[in-house]
Amino acid sequence: MGLDPVTLLAIVLMALATYATRAGGLWLANHFELSERAGAWLDAIPGAILVSLVAPTVLTGGLAETLAAAAVVLVAFRTGSLPLAMATGVVAVVLLRTLAAGLM
Amino acid sequence: MHQENAAKKEERVTFTLAGALAGARRCVPVAISGCATGLVFGTLAGQAGLGAGEAALMSALVFSGAAQFLVLGIWASPLPVVAIVLTTIVVGLRHLLMGAALGPVFSKLPRLKAYGSVYFMADENWALTMGEFDKGRRDGAFLLGGGLLDVLAWTGSTFVGGTFGGAVDDPARWGLDFAFTAIFLALIAGMWKGRSNILPWTVAAAVSVAAHHWLPGQWYILLGGLAGSFAGVVRRGP
Repeated sequence: MGLDPVTLLAIVLMALATYATRAGGLWLANHFELSERAGAWLDAIPGAILVSLVAPTVLTGGLAETLAAAAVVLVAFRTGSLPLAMATGVVAVVLLRTLAAGLM
Repeated sequence: MHQENAAKKEERVTFTLAGALAGARRCVPVAISGCATGLVFGTLAGQAGLGAGEAALMSALVFSGAAQFLVLGIWASPLPVVAIVLTTIVVGLRHLLMGAALGPVFSKLPRLKAYGSVYFMADENWALTMGEFDKGRRDGAFLLGGGLLDVLAWTGSTFVGGTFGGAVDDPARWGLDFAFTAIFLALIAGMWKGRSNILPWTVAAAVSVAAHHWLPGQWYILLGGLAGSFAGVVRRGP
């Protein structure tokens, strides 16, 4: 279980980057007043990034992926449980892929 | 009632062991759920070529599920270090807002305690802490206590997942290639606040699909994210 130097570098830089964002908000709050628009923009970033990440797979990946995605969203809304929603998606995509392969 | 809260807000801010223990106790369900997610992260990190020790080190130092799952999606040889760090920063931008929200209370703490505690700030213990402050219980160690429990659970389960997850030889056969997508979808569902999300998310999806089709590499993530978030602001008007 050797530690690759480039991997280590990436992990340390990630740690510094995340800490900078964690401490940065506190620092900014102590020194500046964040405008409402800037706040709204920051607020909208995580959702937009996550949607961008999944959209190609969900919308153009195939019927099994699209249906499994719908199941995940449904379970996530109903239960609010991340592990349960993930398990649902994984099981659903396996079943639907098997079904699709059987139909062809 | 509001005046009563306002009066409490003028009270001093404490930083006690009792506060840290209360924070840890409230975070037990979060830590259990974090263990399940950590097992998955360790497993997927193994599939992406990270050793169990490397994955656990990342969990302990970075302590951000969203950022860690995201960078696994672009983890390749040779390692795109710049893209990995940029992704981490962009995903972490929400921390700016969360940290800013702690400001009014944390500015009354000694600097070392305040800036040491925010290292352990994650979505869940931050939300619980804000709830405590709102009720007038202003113990800064509440955030730290919950965060310490979370980071232990997250790091330990990552190591276990990385050690035993390697037994899974073909990820697609077990649907694990879809695990990322499912996690992101569940996170998106949790972020749903109402109709105001429709326009930015539609713009993000459209730009992302187009960029994924016509551009090489991972540009679709950043372009979709920027377009969607700007659409969210423009919609609000000046």
